[in-house]
Amino acid sequence: MAGNVVVIVEQWRGQISPITYELLALGRELADQSLVPLQAVLMGNNMRDLAGTLGCADSVLYLDHPLLADPLPEVCAEALAGIFAARKAQCILCPMTNITLGLGALLADHLGAPSVRLCKDVRMAANNYEATCLLYGGKIEAIVSVEAIPAVFSVRPGARPPHQGRAERHPPTEDVKVSLPQAPPIRLRKYISPQTGDVDITHKDVLVAVGRGIKDRKNVGLAERLAESLDGAVCGSRPTVDYGWLPLSRQVGSSGLTVKPKLYVAVGISGAPEHAQGMRESGLIVAINTDPKAPIFDFAHYGIVADASEFLPLLTAVIESGKKASPQAA
Amino acid sequence: MNILVILRMVPDMVEEPEIAPDSTTLEPESVRLILNESDNHALEQALLLKESQGAMVTALAVDSPNIDETLFTALAKGVDRAIKIAHPGKLLSTRVLASICARAIETEPELSSPDLILTGSQTITDLDAPLPALLARELRLPHLGIVSRVSVDFSGRCVTALREYPDGVRGEFEVPLPAVLGIQVSEKPPRYVPVALIRATMKSLCVEYIPCPPFERTPVPYQVLELRKPSVSAHAEMLTGSHEAVAQKLREVLFAGGLVEGA
Repeated sequence: MAGNVVVIVEQWRGQISPITYELLALGRELADQSLVPLQAVLMGNNMRDLAGTLGCADSVLYLDHPLLADPLPEVCAEALAGIFAARKAQCILCPMTNITLGLGALLADHLGAPSVRLCKDVRMAANNYEATCLLYGGKIEAIVSVEAIPAVFSVRPGARPPHQGRAERHPPTEDVKVSLPQAPPIRLRKYISPQTGDVDITHKDVLVAVGRGIKDRKNVGLAERLAESLDGAVCGSRPTVDYGWLPLSRQVGSSGLTVKPKLYVAVGISGAPEHAQGMRESGLIVAINTDPKAPIFDFAHYGIVADASEFLPLLTAVIESGKKASPQAA
Repeated sequence: MNILVILRMVPDMVEEPEIAPDSTTLEPESVRLILNESDNHALEQALLLKESQGAMVTALAVDSPNIDETLFTALAKGVDRAIKIAHPGKLLSTRVLASICARAIETEPELSSPDLILTGSQTITDLDAPLPALLARELRLPHLGIVSRVSVDFSGRCVTALREYPDGVRGEFEVPLPAVLGIQVSEKPPRYVPVALIRATMKSLCVEYIPCPPFERTPVPYQVLELRKPSVSAHAEMLTGSHEAVAQKLREVLFAGGLVEGA
């Protein structure tokens, strides 16, 4: 197959997102298998220096334009379509996060190319690419074959460890003129940072996280008592914030915060990819869920099949009694 | 103001989906279709705008199992009209769904000239594309996705919408109308309507029906070779026994890891 393997770099507010390095690691494997160069495409405004952090790529194309400072998917897709009309690519890897949601599909639509998203892996087959996609909230995997090129794959976080996509070398960087004829009709007025609230969950060693599986707002209190006994704090998955059980400052996941506590106790959380993105790097993950097939048991260290309303009070009591019996407590 | 809300049905993931013998589809009997969660939020957001702005809200859906019940529920919640597009006779990629909805909006007098089109940001089955972005491109309208709050400008010519970003950050955008918004979550949780009210709505109101418009029948540019349960490289060590015994085992694990005090 002719054409480069291309990674679309995700930058936001002047920082390269970790998923970029994951895609560079994946793209390196694909490019080496195909014996073609790996090219990274960086878009921004006065951000050329960031290209120096993309050493895993053989080369970098840098697109500079004021409209690319804040990466709206429609604007980025238009800019990218312009360059791929003139340059051959066989495989384009796009990040799939809240920053760039829709970019891959829009770029594919511009190029008349196939688009496959929700990918957790992409590999070369005989004369085609095959992607493994996580559907139905992570409960089913689809193996999808794409023959036409260029193929655009939108890849979820977690495809490869980010460190595999980092390299010390400074790749050759080419400045590419961007033609964006119109200002986008929508306008970013400002970014609004979340209020930390009473507790900053990103600095807690112990978190007890609740999901919709706890069923009722009153069960948040059970999690609070467990968190108190562990000197930790309560946080939650997206539905618990949507329901108003917890404030936004306690949300973990792709639209919330990323946490890395020493202990993460996930109660009634299924383990959807969007939540896993925000807590997968925790030191020790304990999952408590009534569904023995919940995806969270696939990446937790310890699992317990139990109803939160029955198990949490018992666990809290056991931990409290242990503390009372300890010499330190005495 | 005319608001159009597009509703889609997806498998209910509370149930365990089974893979059919052809290994490329789900066993239909193992799957119960429900309203896509973020579409439900889009519906709620439309109703909130109606209550605050006096808008006319139309719910639109392509025919699929259980869709009548969903559309009657939308009517019971307060939408002014519910319209069903005849099923085009095959499973739909998001690309095709966007094309059908766009052609219907362009050609059906019943749907013409919405000021605001709301639908969920994405579904758990969007293998090729999220609908709002492609629909906006088809209709040549502005688009903003992952929206969690919408308010209409005093002039009625634009909306202010909050878009979600990582780390809890929100971007405040000005979006001129008409526009397409992909809703992630509504300002308030979706309202509940009693079954009795839905049944009463079924007797007093109707779901309108329009033919499927001609749309671009492009072949799906990929092939699903296989569906399977996710392969996992590891699995949690399951603590089993009575709740008391499991709690004790867990405390020992936490103690050994220096995460809890006690002997």
